[in-house]
Amino acid sequence: MNIFRLVGNHGKVTRVLLSALLLALPLPAMAVLGDNAASVLTDQTRMKGTLRSVDNRTYVMHEITSATGTVVREFVSPAGVVFGVAWEGQFPPDLQQLLGPYYQQAQRAEQGATPEQQPRRRGAPVVVETPGLVMHETGHMRSFHGQAYIPRLVPHGVQVSEIH
Amino acid sequence: MTGRSGWFLPVQKFVWWVAPLLAVCMAGCGGSEYRFPGHKPKPEVTGVTAVCSPATIQPNQTSQCTGTVVGQGSFNPAVSWSASAGQISTAGLFTAPSLPTSVTITATSQWDPTQSGTFTITVGNSTTSNVAPIVVDAGPAPQTFITANVAFVTVTVCVPGTTTCQNIDHVQVDTGSSGLRLLSSASGGELGIALPNEPGSSGNPLLECALFGSGYTWGNVAQADITVAGEVASAAPVQVIIPSTSSPSVPTSCSSQTTQPNMGDSVQAMGANGILGVGLFQQDCGPACTTANRTIPAVYYVCRSIGCSPTYVTLAQEVTNPVILFATDNNGVLITLPAVPNGGALNPNGSLIFGIGTQSNNGLGSATVYTVPDSGTNAGDITTTFSGTSYPASFIDSGSNGIFFLDTGTTGIPQCTPPNDSWYCPTRSPDNLSAVNQGVNGNHGTVNFAVEDAITLFSGGNTAFSTLAGPMTGSFDWGLTFFFGRNMFTAIENMDTPGGPGPYYAY
Repeated sequence: MNIFRLVGNHGKVTRVLLSALLLALPLPAMAVLGDNAASVLTDQTRMKGTLRSVDNRTYVMHEITSATGTVVREFVSPAGVVFGVAWEGQFPPDLQQLLGPYYQQAQRAEQGATPEQQPRRRGAPVVVETPGLVMHETGHMRSFHGQAYIPRLVPHGVQVSEIH
Repeated sequence: MTGRSGWFLPVQKFVWWVAPLLAVCMAGCGGSEYRFPGHKPKPEVTGVTAVCSPATIQPNQTSQCTGTVVGQGSFNPAVSWSASAGQISTAGLFTAPSLPTSVTITATSQWDPTQSGTFTITVGNSTTSNVAPIVVDAGPAPQTFITANVAFVTVTVCVPGTTTCQNIDHVQVDTGSSGLRLLSSASGGELGIALPNEPGSSGNPLLECALFGSGYTWGNVAQADITVAGEVASAAPVQVIIPSTSSPSVPTSCSSQTTQPNMGDSVQAMGANGILGVGLFQQDCGPACTTANRTIPAVYYVCRSIGCSPTYVTLAQEVTNPVILFATDNNGVLITLPAVPNGGALNPNGSLIFGIGTQSNNGLGSATVYTVPDSGTNAGDITTTFSGTSYPASFIDSGSNGIFFLDTGTTGIPQCTPPNDSWYCPTRSPDNLSAVNQGVNGNHGTVNFAVEDAITLFSGGNTAFSTLAGPMTGSFDWGLTFFFGRNMFTAIENMDTPGGPGPYYAY
């Protein structure tokens, strides 16, 4: 198994990652999930974090540890697309940035979840399970975890339980 | 008498002026008190006595001790103090430990450290009324929404140091968070008295974005004297929650940490008039919001006319678990709720009891202690094993209204028909299951639990359910469903209890 360890500043990582993933696309302003792998670097800059990457052949996982200790993992398919993200730490990451347009999609799915006549889940973990997006947010003060992925983008042979 | 006069005369003189002295001394002198002018007796300490008042006190209370050194001659009468438990100052002021025990106080003569005296102080049970009634009912008026499995208590808040007070009912008991948070009247809540704001830098208001598993609250950090049962937390930092329509508006850095809405937008959004966080931690954020963190997290904000920006705070400024501010019974809580049969129950009553092992009503008894990490990725978590797989990010939380665990793929339990697919609807109802919980200390125990069809449960009109459950991929959230029929202890980090220091759960 090849394991790339890339820890360093933005400029050095840019060159190595781009060459490794053969990308020539411009950096997007925001968003990671569903986007191309270059957006991972945008996250690293925004989170002021350190980047570590692991290549397990069916996907590449980039792990960013932010300055506040939050760990974000971004799963990139062989096609160079981020098909899943996961996070853990005392503070969640900026989910609007991490999920991009899927953030609003998740909100819409949650709002439609319970009609007024049934008790709603209270204090409970968030579960979104739609064909276009699966997302879970759980935890309590001091410890939050979550994951989100786009089912149709998950590479063949990858277990979704690996997205954590 | 005739005879030689050479030696006789000095002796005669000696006898003549010593004799009266001897006569005086015979009356009541000890050998060493025989005094010659110009000669002083060797100072000597013969004993030390120690007395403390009161002799029986409650945990964390004080008693003043006095040491008396007995002896002769001139000597320094000072004593040094020591205590077998608790603390004693150099002036003899003893502060009891937080748990009932018998304490030996020792006063040692500084002049002669071989001499000492002791006194026994009895630290008895706390005598403060420590029981607050819990009701698991339909929630705060007006009833425009349906509630299940939310444990409510009434708290009293006062402007600190005054009698300007208000009782707030239907405050949710939450062992998954720390701190008291009340909905402002702007949010539709009951709070009608003006609690003073805790000042931020340069006197600008300090606001907080508090994250929960199910959303966030935004509002001022204020101060209140909190009374629950007979326990009082003076000048406690609390959160006064405001809605999204109020000013200052919610910063994006706050709301973007979750996809869930602002819990402070209405009583319905929160499902209660407030949250009483009596969980594992002393403050809601802890060291991560102080200068110990090299970056300022998006939790506490100083708000000026130009807007709000994240700021460091001190631990003392953070919204605090009120329990640690009580004078006694301050090391944790015990929640007791009656067993609830399959099908549920209507408005069962239970108790929120303060303190662990501080009174006759809050001893651990046969409960097993499950310690949890104090920090790190799985802070506050236990490991739950189900069907051979372990889930290390599991937790116990009275603020969750069900047992949320795994998913249909893992358990085989179908979810209810959408849009109620956030609950389980087992084909065979009740579905009897078993899991094992384990703490960091290695203590483990089997939990037998049942899941019933949620839609059927809700149709019965009950408010409390011991079989209500739903999915949560990857872990177990043992919510209030798990509390019925148990004595559930939550011990606060670094507070001493008969089961060792917190943080831990015990049941």
